[in-house]
Amino acid sequence: MPEDERGDEQQDGYRPFWSGTITFGLVSVPVDLLPANRPRRISLRMLAPDGTPLKREYWSAGSKEQVDTESTVHAYELDGGKFVEVTDEELEELAPEKTREIDLRLFVDKDELDPVFFERAYFLAPSKGANKPYRLLVSAMESTGKAGIATFVMREREYLVAIIAENGLLRAETMRFADEIRSPEDAELPKPKKVDKKTVQRLSKALDELFEGELDPDELQDRRTRGIEKLVKSKLSAGKDVVKAPADDERPAEGALGTEDRLVIDLMEELKRRMKGAASEEKEPVRAEGQRKPARAAAKKGGSKARASSKEPTPSKSGDDDLESRSKQELYDMAQELDIDGRSKMTKKELVRAIQRSG
Amino acid sequence: MASTIWKGVIRIGKESVPVKLKSAVTDKSIRFRILDEPDGAPVEQKMVHPRSGKAVPYDQIRRGVETESGEIVMLDEKEIAELEPKESRDIEIIRVVPREAIDHRWYLRPYWLAPDGESPEYFALARALEEDGREAVTRWTMRKKEYQGALHPKDGYLMLITLRHASEVVSAAELEGPTGRELDPREKKMAAQLIEALSDEFEPEQYQDEYRKRVAELIEAKASGKRIRLQPKRERKAPADLTSALEKSLAAARKERSVA
Repeated sequence: MPEDERGDEQQDGYRPFWSGTITFGLVSVPVDLLPANRPRRISLRMLAPDGTPLKREYWSAGSKEQVDTESTVHAYELDGGKFVEVTDEELEELAPEKTREIDLRLFVDKDELDPVFFERAYFLAPSKGANKPYRLLVSAMESTGKAGIATFVMREREYLVAIIAENGLLRAETMRFADEIRSPEDAELPKPKKVDKKTVQRLSKALDELFEGELDPDELQDRRTRGIEKLVKSKLSAGKDVVKAPADDERPAEGALGTEDRLVIDLMEELKRRMKGAASEEKEPVRAEGQRKPARAAAKKGGSKARASSKEPTPSKSGDDDLESRSKQELYDMAQELDIDGRSKMTKKELVRAIQRSG
Repeated sequence: MASTIWKGVIRIGKESVPVKLKSAVTDKSIRFRILDEPDGAPVEQKMVHPRSGKAVPYDQIRRGVETESGEIVMLDEKEIAELEPKESRDIEIIRVVPREAIDHRWYLRPYWLAPDGESPEYFALARALEEDGREAVTRWTMRKKEYQGALHPKDGYLMLITLRHASEVVSAAELEGPTGRELDPREKKMAAQLIEALSDEFEPEQYQDEYRKRVAELIEAKASGKRIRLQPKRERKAPADLTSALEKSLAAARKERSVA
């Protein structure tokens, strides 16, 4: 039965980065936000001369051991080398109020959005019961060629975002703020010169020679990572400079080539599953929230996941972007998506801090 | 401020356009240092051997890759150096595509290109790309690292936007939106009308990073020995019936428009 399948999805699913509601006018569309890009391929790890992966620690200057994160403060360096100390509590107070809403009060021509603004892309998947309004919004945005503009709060930061409909899917693109973009004057570009028509034609012709209708992703491969993979393979089969990795409990998770690939598949599958799940819900009458039976679904799965019973069926209230409540693996995945340096060596608390500080 | 990051030459067949690369974004984020409270000593990052607990000096650190089968393969600096791309000043154009061919999800970071010296080709190239509605996919090597980017005309100038690698971009063609019963044509029409009614020019300057502003204010206040107060919070509710919600929103949006 479809409802059982959806139960599975709730427990097993890739947990979204953010869950909330898109509103346009009085229509609301509950959605889950998932990263649209795969994480960057791994970089090389830092090792001791004996090949042991090193741990990243923060030491107080001059001391020989890790600082107690409880005792550290953020400090802003003023001109002249003086510091202003700012506590975690103060920063928390300044963080934007948690809302679960992307309120589309402005639509603009999609083609007019300047790519310099785009920072990071996410797919939006309809949450339970949202299939119809989701498709309605997509269809209206596609037919009008418009993109929605809004601000929203995620990970205790406020983001400016463009909501774009493409191929039946909604995508959110976080955008840089205008004051982060340099104008040609800021960049001290010279005043435009009059161009000679003949030169334009000549260049246009030269460009024509290289013209193709489409992008070829094969031309945009990560050649360095490929080179490293090849080198590693050959050293591995020659048994050269190979040591055994420490046991799992001796160090933080991460590392193997291929970890990202697994994550990638999860993300793709997850998106596909969500789209299918959303479609199947229209086959039966929509029921009220309270009538859902998460217990049944849990039983089917063997009921082994502790999270299943406590997690709410709708994402509306549970603090999904409350970082502290996430597992270390989830935080790690986020850190990876954000390309945070040294993430593999961070404790859970450090990951939370690093994620909060990023973006 | 507007310093040149790198100098290169765009190569298109026999044509060459010398350019200077400058950042098109400024990092406005407020960076904190971490101090250890008891004595206010700055905190430093160390790479520590997990067994000995001793910090390994940076010149002794080796690099390597961990395999799925639980092995670590150590790489020499020489081997790594051999993988580095050849030094070059060329910004090679791989192919030229229509402007809409590069999905936003490929974009990473924009750079301005300034003409390097007296180059009549620079502005002509920007014009040619603009008039033909095209972008060029390029590749170049900067500080021993290979980059790929979209050469993009903007305001009469050239911009180079770095692109992600293919492995990072999920193919949108592989994904489909949710399906379901045919949508009600009346609702479709109303939704489109609502969007039209809410449509306007995009004025990016109207949006500001409020959090960044508040943090800056806090720092300023503290630096001058003052304290600041914070704002109250609010919540919102969701609606029920789709058709009536559309009707009401449309009426409201139109009213607002006619007043404005």
